[in-house]
Amino acid sequence: MADVSLRKVVKRYDDVEAVRGIDLDISDHEFIVLVGPSGCGKSTTLRMIAGLEDISDGDIMIGGDIVNDVPPKDRDIAMVFQNYALYPHMTVAENMSFGLRLKHYPKAEIKARVTEAARLLDITDLVDRKPKQLSGGQRQRVAMGRAIVRNPKVFLFDEPLSNLDAKLRVQMRIEIKKVHQKVRTTTVYVTHDQVEAMTLADRVVVMNRGRIEQIGTPNELYHKPATRFVAGFIGSPAMNFIPCRLEDVGGSLQIRLTDRIAFALPAARAARYNALPRTDKLLLGLRPEHLTESHAHHGPGIESFDTVLDVTEPMGMETLVYFGLDGTPVCGRVDPNAGATDGAPMRLAMDLNNMHLLNEETGVVL
Amino acid sequence: MSTLTIDKAGPTRKVKYGSMSRDRAWALRWSYFFLVLFAIFFLTPPLYMLITSLKSSAEISAATNPWWVFHPTLSNYVELLTSNQFLRFFWNSSIVAIVVVVITMLISIPAAFALARMKFWGSATLATGVFLTYLIPDSLLFIPLFKMLAVIQDVTGITLLNRWYVLLFIYPTLTVPFCTWIMIGYFASIPKELDEAALIDGASWLQTLTRIFIPVALPGLIAATIFAFTVSWAQFLYPLVFTTSVDQLVLPVGITTTLIKGDVFNWGQIMTGALLGAAPPLIIYAFLMDYYIAGLTAGATKG
Amino acid sequence: MREPPGARAAPIAGSRPNWAGFAIPLQESDTMADVVVEQGHTVSAARARKPTSLRNILGRKSTVAFMLTLPLILLVGLLVLYPALYSVHLATLNKSMQKFVALGNFQFLFKRDTFWMVVKQSCIFALTAVFFKALIGFIVAHFVHNIPGKKQRKWRGMLLVPWVIPPAMSTLAWLWLFDPSYSAFNYTLSLFGIGPVNWLGDTFWARFSVILVNVWYGAPFFLIMYLAALKSVPDQLYEAAAIDGANWWQKIWYVTLPMMRNIIAITALFSLIVTFANFDIVRILTSGGPLDKTHLFATWAFKVGIEGSDIPLGASVSLFMVPILAIAAIFILRDVSKRGNEA
Repeated sequence: MADVSLRKVVKRYDDVEAVRGIDLDISDHEFIVLVGPSGCGKSTTLRMIAGLEDISDGDIMIGGDIVNDVPPKDRDIAMVFQNYALYPHMTVAENMSFGLRLKHYPKAEIKARVTEAARLLDITDLVDRKPKQLSGGQRQRVAMGRAIVRNPKVFLFDEPLSNLDAKLRVQMRIEIKKVHQKVRTTTVYVTHDQVEAMTLADRVVVMNRGRIEQIGTPNELYHKPATRFVAGFIGSPAMNFIPCRLEDVGGSLQIRLTDRIAFALPAARAARYNALPRTDKLLLGLRPEHLTESHAHHGPGIESFDTVLDVTEPMGMETLVYFGLDGTPVCGRVDPNAGATDGAPMRLAMDLNNMHLLNEETGVVL
Repeated sequence: MSTLTIDKAGPTRKVKYGSMSRDRAWALRWSYFFLVLFAIFFLTPPLYMLITSLKSSAEISAATNPWWVFHPTLSNYVELLTSNQFLRFFWNSSIVAIVVVVITMLISIPAAFALARMKFWGSATLATGVFLTYLIPDSLLFIPLFKMLAVIQDVTGITLLNRWYVLLFIYPTLTVPFCTWIMIGYFASIPKELDEAALIDGASWLQTLTRIFIPVALPGLIAATIFAFTVSWAQFLYPLVFTTSVDQLVLPVGITTTLIKGDVFNWGQIMTGALLGAAPPLIIYAFLMDYYIAGLTAGATKG
Repeated sequence: MREPPGARAAPIAGSRPNWAGFAIPLQESDTMADVVVEQGHTVSAARARKPTSLRNILGRKSTVAFMLTLPLILLVGLLVLYPALYSVHLATLNKSMQKFVALGNFQFLFKRDTFWMVVKQSCIFALTAVFFKALIGFIVAHFVHNIPGKKQRKWRGMLLVPWVIPPAMSTLAWLWLFDPSYSAFNYTLSLFGIGPVNWLGDTFWARFSVILVNVWYGAPFFLIMYLAALKSVPDQLYEAAAIDGANWWQKIWYVTLPMMRNIIAITALFSLIVTFANFDIVRILTSGGPLDKTHLFATWAFKVGIEGSDIPLGASVSLFMVPILAIAAIFILRDVSKRGNEA
């Protein structure tokens, strides 16, 4: 096991820069998830760590050694692919032991390792089957088993759950987490699914257009996003962005959303934003759970306003409500018993204690 | 849907009832009728071979009903299968076909692997070139090849003309392009992740080829093998041009040139020889029909 | 490169506890040693490393690829391309191959009626045979496609037999069927008071016979191709067409044919080339007779070049196939792409 470092790593395809200078330090035993929309360079980054892609510039280090020119087989890594990439002509046991057999490990040890990995992944009964006879979830386990028996320095996962149905995905997600808790091998995991990223990672790396937008624990990303991209990417339904500006009214700072709606900022927020030029075009970032039905009494920083709902989506434990503020679509989460109805007026409350303020042009969270 | 039709049609328009299935039944009957006709057309020559091969010369020249064997005899088979000359043809054909299959595979598989997986300078052009080579017919090359062999023989003193083994390196020109082409197709259909997984597992390119690609593409390999064998077995023009002595001939040339001699054709023996000559490909076809057809269609659909 | 695997077998001192209780010897130590060695050159070339070593890797991979394709390149180069060019050279020599006569052989051919007859016969032979092969293949493919499941396999297997038998062998059977005195066909026809037909002696019937045999041999190939294409047309398309009120003919015209265009064109292209270059059937059936009326390029080139020992002239004759085949290929390929664009 080892730590992994990326120093200003760049990948160019002809004229296109797929990865534009990535710096990342992954410590031993850590579970890192690279997440981002398709084409953000996350898979390319993973494949460069694996050695399946040459790097155009920068350095990649595994266990302190520069591995830029080391072929994949000598990097001591294991990889789990999206389509599992199981060898169709080999049994489960043969699949898992292929790498060891190539390295001429003694038969007894191969058998011991395969048995142990099969036990760990609960596929002991399947070791003599061919991949064709397995379900998607079982194939996924075998693919992980193949990685585990090698006992590598680093596990690499490339969207391993994308081919599974929703229910199985949740189950395998937990499975992967369990395995990591036992094995404790440094893991780099690529996904486009922010829920997977949040649930699995020690730290999440959000990537966009070949760059790292933010690195942080799931909680940090959720509560303290650094950019509009991260704020919008993490969390479902996504954060609302409402155009707004700051106004000074009688010595206190207030935020104006529409001609009709403006609220005084809570003291802590006012102090933080006071230095901002009043002319800047700003965005109010507010998660749907901070836009709820209004109650008779509210604590400080929670402000009520009236609106007319466009559409409501009852989800069971909550109801999502959609409405417009000066043409900007906004989503809120209300109690299912709050009486939200399509097309009906409703009084909602905004929790400004959890607000974010963003610069509309730069996308930076202020 | 059928209940709907019944309700609407009512008793007066009973004609409509079940029209779909009735149409289908008729289509099936007509299909069988025409298929029988075409089967007769397609199978008459081989059946006639069989009928004639069971007749004695006397019965053939008696000009009785040619479609029937009145006094079946295996004498033609006995005579041919004990004739050293015929066995020699059979042996030559077998050794040529088998060795050509091996040579073809040794050339095609690595080349197809490289062209399908290891993009390198000119690889796309080479793949197209392989396909175009397949379109060059034997009748375009037999004269220059004949002359080339003669020149090499003159210059080096190595006898190449009128030797069966010269076919060992001429036949691959017919088999290798097509086999490479269909193997490229089969290899290209293997997911890229499979060789990446092998690469990470520590396999070299050669190990990836032998331990992953060849086993996974085995159906394609069998199809290519069958193709190479049948082409080598059936090839007629090259051996006709390059070999003349009786002991150097392969089966198709041997039968056509030695059994058809003089004015009196021994048709019983000719048909027996032809049938025996057709037997190996027919037997392979009977047992491996699906691979045979897969190979046949793979070549064109990938063009 | 690595330590002998036996050393890993037993838990040994210095091994660290591993997941699931495995005792894995300190693998880092030996792998690290490897990497350090590798680093030796990596570090020395540290900053300037990218272009050179990257090229080395590519170089290694492409070297391997080149080695793997080398036998193919040699084979094609020495035994296909070189003879093809050599035959152009041969075509410019005189009969004893000692004098350069430029286009003399071609001029000679242009003046001979037999040559123009061979051109005409080759075209008639190839076009007629391919047309009927395609037609019969298409019709029979539909009949076979109608047959349900397992029986279909049997019929298909039976109908492909002509393609499997080496043509030299099956043509012998046809030769016997066409025999002037013992023809089984004439025997059958005589039962109906027809005949006897001089199958291989009369110009018309001889041409008919060689085409018939070629159609017999090649139609199964079309059948298999079309059957594969028919199977690839999704059933929903026919169901949609049926709901739109299409009859069987309209289904073929608006659904089957457009879906099969590509494969029809490609199969026809293949067949046209192979049929045009055909040798076996004519050689065995008629040897070009009667009076050269069934000669094709291949058989005439054989007669002139090998039997007549005029290699340059024979080479010239076979070279005449090249432009015609090339034109056919271009024409049909263009047709495919044009129709592809329309669709």
